[in-house]
Amino acid sequence: MGKTLAEKVWDAHVVRKGDGDGANAQPDLLYIDLHLVHEVTSPQAFEGLRLAGRKLRRPDLTIATEDHNTPTLDIDKPIADLTSRTQIQTLRNNCAEFGVRLHSLGDAEQGIVHVVGPQLGLTQPGMTVVCGDSHTSTHGAFGALAMGIGTSEVEHVMATQTLSLKPFKTMAINVEGTLRPGVTAKDIILAVIAKIGTGGGQGYVLEYRGSAIRALSMEARMTICNMSIEAGARAGMVAPDQATYDYMFGRPHAPEGAEWDAAVEYWNTLKTDDDASFDVQVDLDADALEPFVTWGTNPGQGVSLSQTVPSPEDFGDENAKAAAERALQYMGLEAGTPMKDIRVDTVFLGSCTNSRIEDLRAAADIIRGREKDPQVRMLVVPGSARVRLEAEAEGLDRVFKDFGAEWRFAGCSMCLGMNPDQLEPGERCASTSNRNFEGRQGKGGRTHLVSPVVAAATAVRGTLSSPSDLDPAPEPAAIRIDAA
Amino acid sequence: MEKFTKHTGTGVPLRQSNVDTDQIIPAVYLKRITRTGFEDALFSAWRKDPSFILNQEPYNAGSVLVAGPDFGTGSSREHAVWALKDYGFKAVLSSRFADIFRGNSGKQGLLAAQVAQDDIELIWKELENAPGTQVTVDLESKTVVCGNIVAPFEIDDYTRWRLLEGLDDIGLTLQHEADITAYEATRPAFKPKTLPAKIS
Repeated sequence: MGKTLAEKVWDAHVVRKGDGDGANAQPDLLYIDLHLVHEVTSPQAFEGLRLAGRKLRRPDLTIATEDHNTPTLDIDKPIADLTSRTQIQTLRNNCAEFGVRLHSLGDAEQGIVHVVGPQLGLTQPGMTVVCGDSHTSTHGAFGALAMGIGTSEVEHVMATQTLSLKPFKTMAINVEGTLRPGVTAKDIILAVIAKIGTGGGQGYVLEYRGSAIRALSMEARMTICNMSIEAGARAGMVAPDQATYDYMFGRPHAPEGAEWDAAVEYWNTLKTDDDASFDVQVDLDADALEPFVTWGTNPGQGVSLSQTVPSPEDFGDENAKAAAERALQYMGLEAGTPMKDIRVDTVFLGSCTNSRIEDLRAAADIIRGREKDPQVRMLVVPGSARVRLEAEAEGLDRVFKDFGAEWRFAGCSMCLGMNPDQLEPGERCASTSNRNFEGRQGKGGRTHLVSPVVAAATAVRGTLSSPSDLDPAPEPAAIRIDAA
Repeated sequence: MEKFTKHTGTGVPLRQSNVDTDQIIPAVYLKRITRTGFEDALFSAWRKDPSFILNQEPYNAGSVLVAGPDFGTGSSREHAVWALKDYGFKAVLSSRFADIFRGNSGKQGLLAAQVAQDDIELIWKELENAPGTQVTVDLESKTVVCGNIVAPFEIDDYTRWRLLEGLDDIGLTLQHEADITAYEATRPAFKPKTLPAKIS
């Protein structure tokens, strides 16, 4: 019988098969091709190595950047928050001591770790990629097996360049059809999570398949794979194709010459065989999708933007009912309210889910020539310093600034509020990030997860809106301001 | 890692599903660079509410947390496990754990015992009707005992063995260092290296 993509990548990395069979089998020892490191989940791992007198086995397969704590304003000044400053200084010291390449704040390659890896061409098909961050699933868009790990595992990878893992089950997410205008990759993944639930992917690697996935750009595929973890999955993958190769070609760490040819030959084998079988299949109709938005406090609590806030009574399961009641109370929402009547205070465009150049372009195309609702504040935080430079070269920064949005430096920012970018208690935010958990964006903050184009339309109208709700722009929206 | 065979302590009923790691420990506490001292951070937002279960005696001295399904979802932060341990928890019972949380627990000697939701409901009732009821979690026999309730739990055999023996993962892997070196010799040349740095 044939193999799935995930099984092929797994099998190609087995250093040592675990003893025993079936349920009693010990885990396999898997080789890790790329270890991404940031300041939050690494200090205790480096300390562990030091205490045990162990070396970092492969500095040449390890790369670090600063993202979670970094300020997005005044980056040329010392970081004001002392604990943040200490944590970042600790990363700098550790990288110097263990010989790890580090892209620090101010460096053109600094940024959110999951934006930086692909941008440098370090994320490639068929690799195993890990990072002490759950959104490592992002890199699966290239046909890599990419997983978030805890700090103990970070230390394990540092010391051994391997992980002990039990094989996962496989789930196919088939998305067939064509997305309507204004419907994006973010809406696909929010609909998937609403369908299978936040625990639906537990124990599985998801493979996104079908014509709607094939039609997506690499950046859109990254958005989908990024939120696989929100469905509980360890990883999400898309088989590589010409779009993948086109994206990778010429990137700093992409193979060159004969090595490129050898790599492509191998990458072409990385697709699920026709006679392979998945443990579970889930189907989604792309034609039927509308812009999606969350109403509650977990990413599975979402509806189409044209619907209303659900009632706890809509849920049969007692736990789901109780969770809905609690979520409505936290979110300050009443059942039956049309989602589009919900007014927001803040719009956040950023995070490892939606902060790449295409996301910024898509949002800019919506707001160009339009006016921001005066009561809404909008934060635009590019995913990396490189994305910021690219956006500025295209004049996107001016579009955002003219609109009245704040144009910031790169980092995780308000996705999780480890830096000063936080919501106030009760403040409501339309956010292109990945988690609407209680307090995630700041204590008492209320988050609605949306796509970049919904975020942009919401900033114009002040209420949750899709681009189709907007009046025609006074100037043709297609005119781009080119670099000066 | 300390060996875990059996633990008996006060059970804490946490009637909630989808307890994500941002609730277990908010991001603001992740700026620390130590591995201990997170007891104050555990459920810090919820603990501001006087009616929260850990603000009530005798639950505040609990060591076995009994939670709803999908415990530990979200972020990979191992700090969630450290905070539970630092507070005094030795075991968490739930019908479903997020994969990364369960893995992190196994590395740190916190027992994540998967118990059927029907049994969780019975245990919740017992702990609410008779606060302070002791819960025994026996890893040898894979059973939970709470009052008259005896429930089986699931845990994968490898994690169970490591917990029972108190084994260090890295030490176990390094016994196979020769295999790792042999594998490295077979890696294709086109696989990328981070060093020397190439920048566009």
